[in-house]
Amino acid sequence: MSSSRHPVGVHAENITKVFDRHPVLQDVSLKVEPGTTTCIIGPSGSGKSTFLRCINRLEEPTAGRIVIGGEDITSDDADIDAIRSRVGMVFQSFNLFPHMTVLRNITLALMRVRKMPRDQAVAVAEAQLEEVGLLALKDRRPSQLSGGQQQRVAIARALAMQPDVMLFDEATSALDPELVKGILEIMKRLAASGMTMMVVTHELRFAREAANQVVFLDRGHIVESGPPDKVFNTPSSDRLREFLSQML
Amino acid sequence: MPEGLQRLWRTFFDVDQIMAILPEMLAVGVPNTIILALVAVVIGTVIGLVVSMMLISRNAIVRMPARTFVDVFRGLPVILTIYLVGQGLPIAGIRIFGGNSYAYAALALGLIEGAYISEIFRSGIQSVERGQMEASRSLGLSYFETMRWVIVPQGIRRVLPALTGQFIHIIKGSSLVYLLGLLPDQREIFSIASDASHISGTLSPMVAAGIVYLCLTIPLTYAVNAFDRRLRDGARPTPEPVLTPAHQS
Ligand SMILES: Nc1ncnc2c1ncn2[C@@H]1O[C@H](COP(=O)(O)OP(=O)(O)OP(=O)(O)O)[C@@H](O)[C@H]1O
Ligand SMILES: [Mg+2]
Repeated sequence: MSSSRHPVGVHAENITKVFDRHPVLQDVSLKVEPGTTTCIIGPSGSGKSTFLRCINRLEEPTAGRIVIGGEDITSDDADIDAIRSRVGMVFQSFNLFPHMTVLRNITLALMRVRKMPRDQAVAVAEAQLEEVGLLALKDRRPSQLSGGQQQRVAIARALAMQPDVMLFDEATSALDPELVKGILEIMKRLAASGMTMMVVTHELRFAREAANQVVFLDRGHIVESGPPDKVFNTPSSDRLREFLSQML
Repeated sequence: MPEGLQRLWRTFFDVDQIMAILPEMLAVGVPNTIILALVAVVIGTVIGLVVSMMLISRNAIVRMPARTFVDVFRGLPVILTIYLVGQGLPIAGIRIFGGNSYAYAALALGLIEGAYISEIFRSGIQSVERGQMEASRSLGLSYFETMRWVIVPQGIRRVLPALTGQFIHIIKGSSLVYLLGLLPDQREIFSIASDASHISGTLSPMVAAGIVYLCLTIPLTYAVNAFDRRLRDGARPTPEPVLTPAHQS
């Protein structure tokens, strides 16, 4: 499993996001230390996806700063395409390119963004597919794969770019229960390899086992955060206690 | 046969007349129709690609001229557009093609089809899920690279049937270029039929033209549908690879 050689941290500083006068995130600040995994939990509509999408500016924060590896990516002169190519993102709905083969899904950005010649891109893509156990399916279309296989390809596609940071937005929520474990295994291995990760998830077991830090987001605020033991075993707010009891 | 029916038959299905006109129709008319249609398709597709991108821009200054172009060229009667381009441009001093009315006709058809194709492309592009743009951008591809490699190829695939209809429209629309006055060897299928009908006083040459149009448009429909199916199914069927249980998910 590839991990960045120089782990990189993420600082979100006072992030506010307003959608048509409706504040979705209010003054959210969060530090992710280099090489650690932060899990973001919270009820539906609390702003978890919006926050994660601010990290690579798929959403533009209304106010606040995002600093990745010491670089302010929210400044006006930041090269957003270059930054995104170093921040991998995995989506709930996989979002593979359906008109391309599995292999081409992965080589596209290697060739267009990393400017690799084709054979080098193919070699990188094949190695990455091997990692997730799908090399044999490289010539298939995404529609010919199971959900679990599609998500593995999506992870391989992101990892092939050798990102400094990986973002996961409910990567297992669209999967049949029996396929969830395989994806969580891959994510755990990645976390253990020292990748800096931010993971939005409803899988509290995963958060407990893989996270260095758990953040509870509710109605656009970070209500509580800390190591998993503390957040899960001794929640200090009623909202978190209520949320945890509903999840069990 | 009752007399009325006989007259009908002689007017529309006079076999001798149909056979007499066919050689010229195939030798002169078909090539001209195909050339006009192809040039118009190329112009229309290029316009369609550019204008459809402008139509979905968030910037009103980019969107406005595209919107105006589409509304005007879709809204005007085809005949008027052909006159405006074919006679209006030269009169206005824009003699890009000299006195070659054939070229103006192709341009006029291209502009009209460009307007329709722009809207078809726009609807196709906008039907592609937002997640495709997001996945591509999150890999570091720029907006235009994403359009080029991810969004437009999918969008166009979805509107291929509508596009076929438009191509048929162009083939038939090429018949209107006679309005600009063509040299004998520039005539397309319909003007040859129309001239012959005037001479013979029957409509049989028109029916011959109709048959030839169908011989062009129906195979085109099947060809595009076959192409469509191939795109949908992927290039070729892939054999089931053997997976070890540990790799299955
Ligand atoms: N593009 C948008 N325009 C307007 N409102 C939006 C937009 N995206 C999200 N919202 C709103 O922002 C709020 C937070 O949404 P978000 O998707 O971040 O929640 P979430 O915590 O990820 O929820 P879930 O667990 O259901 O995925 C919701 O009320 C949602 O309706
Ligand atoms: Mg969400």
